[in-house]
Amino acid sequence: MTESDDVWKVNRERDGQAKPFESNLPQAGPVGKIFAPVAGFGVTMRNFFKPTVTEQYPEKKVAPMPRYHGRHQLNRYADGLEKCIGCELCAWACPADAIYVEADSNTPDEQYSPGERYGRVYQINYLRCIFCGLCIEACPTRALTMTNEYELAGPTREGLIYEKQDLLAPMGEAMLAAPHPMVPGTVDDDYYRGDVLKVVEEQTEWVRENRPEDPTLPENRGMREENPEHRRGEHSDASANVARHQTAMQGVKGGLGSGM
Amino acid sequence: MTATPEKAAAVETVSLTIDGTEVTVPKGTLIIRAAEEVGIDIPRFCDHPALKPAGACRQCLVDVAAPDREGNVRPFPKPQASCTMTVMEGMVVNTQHTSEAADKAQKGVMELLLINHPLDCPICDKGGECPLQNQAMSNGRTESRFIDVKRVFEKPLALSSEILLDRERCVLCQRCTRFSKEIAGDAFIDLQNRGAMQQIGTFNEDVLNFDGYEPIGVAAEDESGKAFSSYYSGNTVQICPVGALTSAAYRFRSRPFDLVSSPSISEHDSSGSAIRVDHRRGKILRRLADQDMVVNEDWITDKDRFAFAWQNLADRITRPLVRGEDGELHEASWPDALAAAAAGLKAATTGDEALGAAVLPGARVTLEDAYAYSKFARLALGTNDIDARTRIASDEEQAFLGATVAGTGLGVTFAELEKAPAVLLAGFEPEDEGGVVFLRLRKSLGRQQVFTIAPFLTRGAEKLSATLIPTAPGGEGKALAAVKGSTDASEALKAEGAVIVVGERLAGSPGALTQALALAKRTGAKLAWIPRRAGERAALEAGALPGLLPGGRSVTSASAVQTVADAWGGSVPSSPGRDAAAIVADAAAGKVGALVVGGVTPSDVTGPFAEALERTPFVLSLEVRRGEVAEYADVVLPVAPPSEKAGTFVNWEGRLRGFATAIPTDAMGDHRVLDLLARELGTDLRTGSVADVYAQIAALGTAAKGERPDAPKVDAAKVDAKAGASLVLASWHQLVDSGSLQEGEPYLAGTGRTAVARIAPATAAAAGITDGVVTVASAYGAIEVPVVVTDGMADGVVWVPTKSPGSWVAQELGVEPGALVTVKGGVA
Repeated sequence: MTESDDVWKVNRERDGQAKPFESNLPQAGPVGKIFAPVAGFGVTMRNFFKPTVTEQYPEKKVAPMPRYHGRHQLNRYADGLEKCIGCELCAWACPADAIYVEADSNTPDEQYSPGERYGRVYQINYLRCIFCGLCIEACPTRALTMTNEYELAGPTREGLIYEKQDLLAPMGEAMLAAPHPMVPGTVDDDYYRGDVLKVVEEQTEWVRENRPEDPTLPENRGMREENPEHRRGEHSDASANVARHQTAMQGVKGGLGSGM
Repeated sequence: MTATPEKAAAVETVSLTIDGTEVTVPKGTLIIRAAEEVGIDIPRFCDHPALKPAGACRQCLVDVAAPDREGNVRPFPKPQASCTMTVMEGMVVNTQHTSEAADKAQKGVMELLLINHPLDCPICDKGGECPLQNQAMSNGRTESRFIDVKRVFEKPLALSSEILLDRERCVLCQRCTRFSKEIAGDAFIDLQNRGAMQQIGTFNEDVLNFDGYEPIGVAAEDESGKAFSSYYSGNTVQICPVGALTSAAYRFRSRPFDLVSSPSISEHDSSGSAIRVDHRRGKILRRLADQDMVVNEDWITDKDRFAFAWQNLADRITRPLVRGEDGELHEASWPDALAAAAAGLKAATTGDEALGAAVLPGARVTLEDAYAYSKFARLALGTNDIDARTRIASDEEQAFLGATVAGTGLGVTFAELEKAPAVLLAGFEPEDEGGVVFLRLRKSLGRQQVFTIAPFLTRGAEKLSATLIPTAPGGEGKALAAVKGSTDASEALKAEGAVIVVGERLAGSPGALTQALALAKRTGAKLAWIPRRAGERAALEAGALPGLLPGGRSVTSASAVQTVADAWGGSVPSSPGRDAAAIVADAAAGKVGALVVGGVTPSDVTGPFAEALERTPFVLSLEVRRGEVAEYADVVLPVAPPSEKAGTFVNWEGRLRGFATAIPTDAMGDHRVLDLLARELGTDLRTGSVADVYAQIAALGTAAKGERPDAPKVDAAKVDAKAGASLVLASWHQLVDSGSLQEGEPYLAGTGRTAVARIAPATAAAAGITDGVVTVASAYGAIEVPVVVTDGMADGVVWVPTKSPGSWVAQELGVEPGALVTVKGGVA
C-alpha cells in the first residue's frame, strides 16, 4: 500500500484531533447506577403480562386482509369462457418482468375466450413477482385479479413459474369448461359489459357433442361431487400445485431432520 | 445525402418559417417534410414519403400564412393540410406547438377519427406500435365525448390467405390503396360509399374471367372483380397506420415490446433487400422491410417478409448425423462426425483408384460460405469440380460471367435501373424472379420503355407497360441479334443510360449471352445479370464455379492459378472442373468418389440427382434441415440458417450486403464447418471467421488483365417452335411457389399463383385444346395443369411454372426449359 492509498490515515489523523467522546444522554444517578445491571430485564418482565402476538403458522393459518396481494388468478365469465384475451398488458405493466404471455386466435373448434384472441400461454414467475398489483390495474377485462393465497414457496425454480392451468380460477358451480362457443347471438362486447350471466343449452350441447366426458357437464357433475379428490386434481390445479410443493417441502424437511 | 456542391447549388431553394424557426428547403417540398427538417413533428396518418400526397386523413392540419401579391404575409382563413401543401418563399407556418387553432383542429380531427375506431387496442396487433394510439395520446383529447354506438363490421375480412382487413379500425388514410396502385400496380381494395358510410372494401362482382393469376388460397376480389393476388401485399400491413391490415402469420402472435429487432438481409432473392427480423426467445415472429434507399427503398416482397418458418421446422438439425453400421443416421459429436467426414473424403481423393470428390454448394450461400466451399474444393479436395449453379447452366454462361460479371464490383445499380430510359429484359421476369427489381422498374412507369424477350407478356411485364418480343426459349439469341437497325428496341437502347437485363435462364439458350454482349456493344447500353437466388453472385465472386477462381480468374490462366495458389499456400488444380450437370450425370454413373452437397434441394435439380446421391460412395451434406439429401448422406453436418450467423450476401448489383447474427445460437456457418473439416483433412482454410474470409478476399483482389476467361462466342441457336404435337417448354419459378425456403408458411403459400399451362391461341387450336386440364409430357414424366390460352404468346411454346404446386418441372418432367414436350388436352 502506497502512502496515498492509505485512506485510513486521514481518519486516524482526523480522529486524533477529535475531542474525546461525550454522551448527550442524561447520566444516571447513584440509585440508577446500582440497578443498571438488571434494568434490561424490565422489558422482558413487562411482556410477561401482555397478550401474545406470535402466530402458530403453519399449524394455524391466519386469513390476511381482504385486499391482500396474493397469488394471481385468471378469472372466467359466468359461462366458463376465460376472460383473458392474451393482450399482454399485464406483462407490459409488470416492473419485475415476471409475466410472460403468448396469444393465439380462437377458432370455432376451440373458443377459449369471447372474441378472436385468447391467451395460449400464460406464465407468472413467482420468484420475480413483487406483488405490486400493476398487472391487475392494467388488465382490460378484469381477467387477472389477486387472491389471498400467500403460500408461494417451493423447492424448485420451475415449480414457481405458474402456468395458465395453475392460475385459472376454479370452475364455478354452473360453469362449463372452455373451450366452447360463445352464447349464441352475443359478441365479445356483451361479455365485457357483463351481459352474459349463465351457460345456455347450445353451449352445453356443443360440449356434450365434442367432449362427452367433460366433468363440468351437468350429467357428469354428480360424479364429480362424489369424488372430491378428483375434482381438486381436475379443476383447481393451482391448489394441487401448492399441495405438490408442500409435499416436496416436507420431504426436504424430513431429510434434513434425520440428518441433524 | 451525398449530393455534390454543384448539384446542391443547382437546386432552387425556398426559405420559410416554421414555429419561428427559419428553414431553407428545395422548392416543391411539402410543409410536413420541411418541418421534419427542423425536427418539428406534425402528426399524420396518410402521409408516407414514398407515396404521393393524398390529404386523406386531415390529421396534419397547421396554420399557414403566406405572402400575397403585395408581399404582405396574410394567414389562410382555415388550417391547411401540411402533407399536401408545398412550401413558398416567405411562408409562415405555425404547427400545433405554436398555434392554438392548429392544435384545436388536430384534436378535432383526432376526435372524429376515433368516433368509429373501436378501442380494441388490447386485441389489436398494432397495439404498442400504433401511430393512431401514439398520436391519440400526444395530439388527442384526454377524454372521449362519444356516447353512441360505434360502427361495426364483420371481421376480419380475408383479402388473401395472408392479408386480413378489419374495416372498423380503418381511418381511411388510403395508404394501402395508394401503395397498391402506385407502387405494386396490383388492383386492390378501394374506398367505397360516401360520408360516414365510407369504407375500404372489395367489390362484389362475380369473378370476371379466369386468367391464370388466381391465388391458391382464399382471396377477396379486387377492383376488377378478379381474386386479389399480389407479391407485395405485405407492405400494406407494414404501412397501415392503424391495425386495419394484419397478416395471418403474425395475427395475435406478439407485442412489439416482446420482440428483439435485428437488422438483416433477406436470403430469398438476389436483390439483397434490407429486412428487420423481429424475434422473441430465439424464434422469429415476423420480418419487416427495413429502409435502404439504395436497394429496396421501403419495400420487400411477401416472400422476404413471410417466408422464415423454414429454418425452425421440426426437421431442423442441430447436431451432426453419421450413418452407422445399421444404415441409419445417428446423432454424433462434432469430433466424431468431422472424423467420419474426413475419412470418407480422404478415401475418395487419395490412392490410385480414387474417383475424386465434387462439391455442390447450392446458390443460397453467403460470400463467406461460397469462398470456403471454393477453397475447400481446391485445397482440401484438390479438384475444380465445384458448381453452385444447380440450375440451368452452360459453359457459355460461365465464360460470360467470368469475363464480364465476376470481380467487376458494383455494376448497374438499382438507381441506374430506375433512371434508365429504356430497359430490355431477356430471360428475366422482374416480378417473379427479381422481387424488388420489379418495383424499381415500375417506379419509372411512363418514363421508361421496357422491352421483354419472353414467350408471352406476363402480368408483371404488363404492369410495366412492356413491349413483348415473343420468343420461344432457346431463341433468345436470335431475338437479341434481331434488336438492331431501326427496330424500336434498338433505337430505345441507344439512349444514354439504357440497360439490358439478362436473367440466369439465358444460360439455357445457346448464343443468347454472346448476343447480349454484342447488343450492349452495339447500342452502348449497360448490361446487368440478375440471377434468382441470393448466393449466385457470391458464388461467382468466390469462384464456386468449375472454371473460375475467386475474383473472376480463369482456372485455365496459369498466372491466375499461380496467384491464387500463392495466396492460399497450396496447389490449385489448373484443369477446368465439371459443371453441376456433369457432376450429377457422372455421379449417377458411379464416376464420383464423394459428393459434398450444400443447400441443394434435389427436387430443384434436373437430372438424376437422387441416383447420383445413391451411387456415390460417400455423400457429405451440410444442411440446416434434415432434407432429402440427408436420406443418402453418410455424414450430415448442421449449419446455421442466415438468421443465426453473420455473413455477406452479394446482390446482383455486386453490392456487399453484410448482416450480423440476429439470433445467437451454437449453429455454425458453412464456412466455419468447412474450416473445421479441412483441418481434419490436414489443410488450414483459415475461413473460421467472417473477418478472416474478408481479409483473404481483400488480399486476393480481382483478376489481373488476361486472367479472365474470354467472352463467349457461341452461335445463336435457331429454335424450331411451331404449333404441333411437340412444343418447346418454357418455364420459370414464380415468386411464391413450393421452394424449400417457403415451407412451413401456409398463409404465404395461399397467395402464390395457381399452376397453369399457357399456350398461344393458334397452338391451342392446332392441338385441339380449348380449356380444362392439359397434360404436359416429356419422355420422363408428365404434369397435369389447367390450361390458359394466352393472346400474343409465341407459337409452338407451352409455359408452366417451374415449381408451383402441381407443376414441378425438374422433378416431374425431368427436362429443362427449351426442351420439346408434348401437350394434350385432358388427363393422361
